[in-house]
Amino acid sequence: MSSLPVPALELVAVSKQFGRTEIIRDVSLQVPRGERHAIIGPNGAGKSTLFNLISGRFNVTAGTLRLNGVDITRRKPFEINRLGLSRSFQITNLFHRLSVFENLRCSVLWSLGHRYSFWKNLNKLADAEERAESILDQVGLKRRRDIAAGLLTYAEQRALEIGITIAGGADVILLDEPTAGMSRAESKRAVELIRAVTQDKTLVMVEHDMSVVFDLADRISVLVYGQVIASGTPTEIRGNDAVREAYLGQPAVTT
Amino acid sequence: MQQTALTFRPLNFGRWVVWGFTALLFLVLPAFFSKGFALTLMSQMGITIIFALSYNMLLGQSGMLSFGHAVYSGLGAFFAIHALRWIDTGALAWPTSLLPLIGGFAGAFFGVIFGYLTTRRAGTPFAMITLGIGEMVFAASLMFPGFFGGEGGVTADRASGSSFLGIPGLTFGPQIQVYYLIAVWCFVCMIAMFALTQTPLGRIANAVRDNPERAEFIGYNTQRVRWLMLILSSFFAGIAGGLSAINFEIVSAENVSAVRSGGVLLAAFMGGAAFFFGPILGAVVFVFFAVALSEYTKAWQLYLGVFFVLLVMYAPGGLSSLILMNLRVLKFKKFARLRDPYVGLLLAALALAFGTVLIIELMYHVTLNVGQGPEVRLFGFVFDTTRAPGWVFAVTTLTAAAVAFEFYRRRFKQYWDEAQVEIEDWIRENP
Repeated sequence: MSSLPVPALELVAVSKQFGRTEIIRDVSLQVPRGERHAIIGPNGAGKSTLFNLISGRFNVTAGTLRLNGVDITRRKPFEINRLGLSRSFQITNLFHRLSVFENLRCSVLWSLGHRYSFWKNLNKLADAEERAESILDQVGLKRRRDIAAGLLTYAEQRALEIGITIAGGADVILLDEPTAGMSRAESKRAVELIRAVTQDKTLVMVEHDMSVVFDLADRISVLVYGQVIASGTPTEIRGNDAVREAYLGQPAVTT
Repeated sequence: MQQTALTFRPLNFGRWVVWGFTALLFLVLPAFFSKGFALTLMSQMGITIIFALSYNMLLGQSGMLSFGHAVYSGLGAFFAIHALRWIDTGALAWPTSLLPLIGGFAGAFFGVIFGYLTTRRAGTPFAMITLGIGEMVFAASLMFPGFFGGEGGVTADRASGSSFLGIPGLTFGPQIQVYYLIAVWCFVCMIAMFALTQTPLGRIANAVRDNPERAEFIGYNTQRVRWLMLILSSFFAGIAGGLSAINFEIVSAENVSAVRSGGVLLAAFMGGAAFFFGPILGAVVFVFFAVALSEYTKAWQLYLGVFFVLLVMYAPGGLSSLILMNLRVLKFKKFARLRDPYVGLLLAALALAFGTVLIIELMYHVTLNVGQGPEVRLFGFVFDTTRAPGWVFAVTTLTAAAVAFEFYRRRFKQYWDEAQVEIEDWIRENP
């Protein structure tokens, strides 16, 4: 085991309690570099909480989190982001008064080393502009470049949400229900977008839509009542009895 | 790099025109308003413009509602006036023209210290802590008369330094010279503060304003962003303070008081926090109320309050957004249908203002000017406050105007909202 390469993301016996309620119980998970990993599970299983723990929004009660081998337990969100992990949100979380382009440009500034500088002219930072424009193109919002993010349609906002997440060039991407609330067609486009932008990156996603999950994921972990009850390839998960039991009556897994 | 230098950018050209026009305006204003009072007024406007713009770096650009911004301008003013006293005695060799810089560094210094505490939190806790620090500094200013001068404040003579660039007579004694000194500082500060909005920090401050949580997830420490913005804002507030020390030659506890902090909030909000130039308008209007109107009536604060309340109720974006919204209506060629309701609305508003002023002035006369007899002169008419006709006329005018105003307001709002919806739909569909 010790000869294996360092995983991109590693959770060791992670637990989270809110008051006396234990939301995440002793979760251990390894996501190797370059893998697309989906976390599924019934409502209230703790999937979003798990994301909030990994990204530093909440602190763990117990356990250890490692990003590319670096301990990120109890680090702040911006520190974790600077170490190469970026996340999206289930409920769209944009800079709503800024234009689409500005949303993206803001998201590339730190990684390009412009940081807090107040002596550089933003409009002359060719690297930031180029990068923001290329992501604008990637997420298909070129036509909406100068519109305030708050005025976009729902599907466009979801696309921008993904754009902001990948803009900083993080190599570990967490997407929280990227296709929630989308129509079939929109969802299909979103899957293609996610596939394209996470090329050569590590992706961890929470998703309810099983067709999306089986389409994208290399491996799947099933979270039920805060515990990982199964982890494996899509085929293994499809044939797993415990998973079938947890999803009893839910035909989604058979897709 | 050369390629970008050659690209023609009309926007930049427009900017040059705007700045050029502003500079020209500052230059020629005294030629049109040459009276002593006008110069005083314009000098104070210049100072307040810097102060209000620095305040808006927090309110409009970073989403920080401060109730204690006078702390930085006030402390800057105190340090500047002490420096001026040293210049007076010859203990300090520093040109008077650069005195505001001392105020600026003092403001920034306290921005570093107090800002470290206040900016750890955002939103309401931030507002409350700034209020606390404002009260603390005000209390301290009365407790340490050695530095703050106690009730009387600290005075100095602005004209005693060496003359500017050695030019004889340029000692900043005459008000016109002070005006130009303020104008130059105001112009430079305006450009600097505008430039700041076009930097990585300036833009990230907007992001933190819109969504602090997301800003953390794109790698930014929002506390650090708020702190840096507050330090820079305090620097410019301190410059305004330094200029006021030169202009008034006195600085007292009032300079760090909550009244000053509230005043700059009012100015920035009236002008509109959403646009860079908003606080400039707000500062001009505010000083007009506080300095010009106060010459004519004791009720100026009441008028300012009423004006502020009306703005917040009917144009929450302030004067700047009011102007820009109308320009947008013009641009989309929807103004024709608004013209008639506008005329009605403006006439009714004038009548309403007339009625309100009559009532307020009559009442003020009765309560405050008893010694001057029952007669008061308003708008060229003489009213006898002891007899009915004047009161009846005022009340009738006010009532009729209020009814007319409400009628036109509803009609206007209907047309206005329709036009806005059409414009926004168009923008949504035609990016």
